Order: sequence, then C-alpha cells, then structure tokens
Amino acid sequence: MSKDPVSQTPHVVLEDLVFRRGRKLIFDGLSLTVPRGRVTTVMGPSGTGKTTLLRLIGGQLRPDSGRIWVDGEEVARLSNRRLYALRKRMGMLFQTGALLTDMNVFENVAFPLREHTRLPEELIRNLVLMKLEAVGLRGASDLSPAQLSGGMARRVALARAIALDPDMILYDEPFAGLDPITMGQIVTLIQRTNKTLGLTSVLVTHDVVEAMAISDHVVLIAEGRVMDSGTAEEVRAGASEWSQQFLGGHPDGPVPFHYPGSSYRDDLLNEAGRDRD
Amino acid sequence: MIEFLSGLGRSGLHWLAVLGRASTFLFRVLLAQDAVVRRFRLTLAEIYSVGVRSMLIIMVSGLFVGMVLGYQGYITLVNFGAAEALGGVVALSLVRELGPVVTALLFAGRAGSALTAEIGLMKTTEQLSAMEMMAVDPYRRVFAPRFFAGFLSMPLLAALFSAVGVMGGYIVGVGLLGVDSGSYFSQMQAVTDWREDVMSGVIKSIVFGFVVTWIAVFQGVDAEPTSEGISRATTQTVVVSALAVLGLDFILTGLMFGDM
Repeated sequence: MSKDPVSQTPHVVLEDLVFRRGRKLIFDGLSLTVPRGRVTTVMGPSGTGKTTLLRLIGGQLRPDSGRIWVDGEEVARLSNRRLYALRKRMGMLFQTGALLTDMNVFENVAFPLREHTRLPEELIRNLVLMKLEAVGLRGASDLSPAQLSGGMARRVALARAIALDPDMILYDEPFAGLDPITMGQIVTLIQRTNKTLGLTSVLVTHDVVEAMAISDHVVLIAEGRVMDSGTAEEVRAGASEWSQQFLGGHPDGPVPFHYPGSSYRDDLLNEAGRDRD
Repeated sequence: MIEFLSGLGRSGLHWLAVLGRASTFLFRVLLAQDAVVRRFRLTLAEIYSVGVRSMLIIMVSGLFVGMVLGYQGYITLVNFGAAEALGGVVALSLVRELGPVVTALLFAGRAGSALTAEIGLMKTTEQLSAMEMMAVDPYRRVFAPRFFAGFLSMPLLAALFSAVGVMGGYIVGVGLLGVDSGSYFSQMQAVTDWREDVMSGVIKSIVFGFVVTWIAVFQGVDAEPTSEGISRATTQTVVVSALAVLGLDFILTGLMFGDM
C-alpha cells in the first residue's frame, strides 16, 4: 500500500457496518471512507455512537456484521499481535486525555517509546521534549496530570499520540468543554499536525463551526447511518432537512423537540380526571 | 411466588455471568504471567505497593491477636495445670487458622480494596483503553504484575502475622503471666508439626492470596465506570473476599484435617 500522504487509496473503509450494544442498534448498515492524509470529521448528535465508531476502527470493539479496513487490513479479523502492530501506526486522543495518573507529563509522553522501542534514554528524552515543544508544553514536563487543565491534558495526550509517529490519529471529541483560547490552540494543533506530519486525521465531534473550518471531508451520521457526506461546502449546500437542522442548530425539525409520548391533551385530562376521583 | 422464583433465577444468572467473566479474566491473566518475569521492575513495584505497605497493619494485628491468644489460652490452661502448654496452643492457633484467615481478611481490606479502586479508576478515566490503543496490553502491563504481587505477598504476610503473633503470646504469657520461657518454646516445637500444621497454613494462605487477588483485580476491571460503580466494586471486593476466605477455610480445613 502506498504511503503517499494524500494518495487515492482511502485510509479507512467501513462497509455495511452493523453494531448493537445490548438490544440497542447503534449502526445499521453504516458505510464510509476516510481519505488518506486528510482531516475527516464525523459529526452527529450525542449518543449516535461517534466514540463507538472510533473504538471499532481501533479494534477495541468488533462489529456484529460488516467490514472495517484500516490501511488495507481488516481490523476484526486480525490476530492480537497484528492488531497491536496496526495500533502502533495509529494514535488516539481521548476526550479526557486519558493520561496515566501515576506518571508525570514527561513519562506519559515517553510511555509509548519506552514500551515499544529500545532507544537510549538520551534519545527518548530528546524525542519527548520535541513532542512536548510541538504542543507548547515543554515547560510543563515535570507536572503531574492532576496539575493540568483539561486543555493542557489534551495537548499532552496529543504529544503522546504522536510519540511513535503514527500514520493516523483518531480524535474523540477534541473540542468538548474547552474555553475559546484552548479551543483555538487545539484547532491549530490538529491542523498543524495534519499538515506537517501528513497524517490522516479522524475527528468525531458535534462542534459544527470548528469542525467545518478545518475538515477536508465531513460525514454526518444519525440513527445508525450516514446522513450526508462530502466537503464542508458540499455538505452545507446540498444538505438534507435533517442536516440543515443539525448544522444550523435548530431546536425543532426532523429531530423533534419533544420526546415521543402520548397526546399532551389526553395526558393532562387524564391526570385531572385521576385527581378528581 | 413466581416473582420470587424469577428474581432468584435472575440473580443466579447474574452470578453465573460474573463467574464466567471472572474465569475468562483469570485465564487471560495467567496467560500473561510471562510479563511478570520480563517486566520484573513493574512486578517489584507492585510487590512493594501490595505487600510491603501492608506489613504494618499485619504486624500490629498479629501482635494483638497473639497477645489475646496468650491471655485466653493461659486462663483456660491454668485451670488444668497446663499453663506450660501455652506456646503450643498459641502457635497452633496462629499457624493453622488465625494466621492465614485473619491475614487474608486484612489483606482484602487493605490491599484488595486499593487494587480494585486503582484499576476501577484507570478504567473509568479511560487509561486502560488508552493503553490498548497505544498497543500496550493491560493484561501484561497492569493486571499480571498486580496479580502476581498479591499472590506472592499473601503467604509471606501470613507468615509474618504468625511470627509476630507468637511473640505477642510470649510477651503476655511469659512476660506478664509468668509462664516459663523455655517451656513456651519447647512446647511449641513439640506440638507443631512441619508438614501437618505449618504446610497446611502455607497452603491455605497461598489459596487465599490467589482468590483475594483474583477477586480484587477482577472487581476493578469489571466495575461500572462511574464513581458509584467503583465504590460498589470496592465494597464487593471486601465482602466477596471475606466470604470466599471463610468458606474456603472450612473446605480446606476439612480436606486437610478431617476425613472428608
């Protein structure tokens, strides 16, 4: 497979994916492709299974049916050894950062290097400082994860995710709960890492404005399938009624404001009737 | 009645499912035990955290239990003019029963609950998921060293408990109540059989160490990833471990000393 950063071969292909959690159907025949070397954003309302999608791509969950290819390998069929080899080529940024709390910032970034390489200590130190410098936190290398703000923890996690120089990074809700300055920093970092390292980036988020601004490819999912996909402009222009509601943040539309229930009138009258008895 | 029966069935199925998950987990942890040797520094750190840091509570408890045994044993034995046999009574009670059982109960409360809470928190904060995504197997990196550390520490702690307990009995029996020092130890030596008494205690403490650590680590992994879930899992560790230790103690005693 070609390693050309922006080659024609998609990095990730999902085909007819069906996934259930208990009795709840999360994905119902979902198909999408993630182009190599680009920023792809998967957006959808809360609870549509966006994080689940990343876990399926990373092989932490297995689909009930359908196929997932990452870099030409079918994830669900890989042996543990090959799955772990594939994971070394992908980084994942968790929403909370998921830093190891018994290590400081430096050791967290050094963790994948120590686990997977036998580099001399001097080289590890230089590599970690370079990764930390890239996210602007070289000065924080001695801090413990508990001393970091949410945004800083995410930046350290990004430094850790790029420590092994992966081909692809999966971002789980990278913008959730950040102040405007930190949000700006994370947006810049995602763009910069994508451009300078030629990575494939997959974001799942529901922050429309930021995501549309930095994405080359946008996929909208809801109710277990793809509602719209294309470039940000294409999705905005040719959007379905559902997508218009989602992108515009309208409170009512195809996704109703009211949770389905019996008639309001009947409910009130029945309640009044019960009180009189 | 039907409701009661269906409730009983549901709870039975729930516990069967838990047992199934726990067994699969144990199997995977045992398969990952080569990491204990390969990553010996990690294992050593865990032995320190699980074993060494439990030493104080084990020693203090052992001392008091031994002292109480000295008192109670003396009060009973002196009625029969057999106060000199105190050493044997204290040693047998400690080595056969109290050493392994009380150590296991304290171990579940001190180290077991800490293991559950630590692993449960790692799960809740997605640290275990993050490790998997960094191609680091938590079974090798986290569970196997902790499991081995608990398994190894428990018999050593039980031995320590018994040794300190014997000294506690000595302080009270010989120091305060006037039993002859020589007879205290010679009686102990005469009645305590290496194979029958000491080994049975060692086997018990190995089994308890295995079971308590298994329960503690599994409860952490199986905890619902919320703060309430962790608190429930920690409680479960202590309760289930205590019941398992006491139940197993009965079975093991029956197997070793009875004609069951």
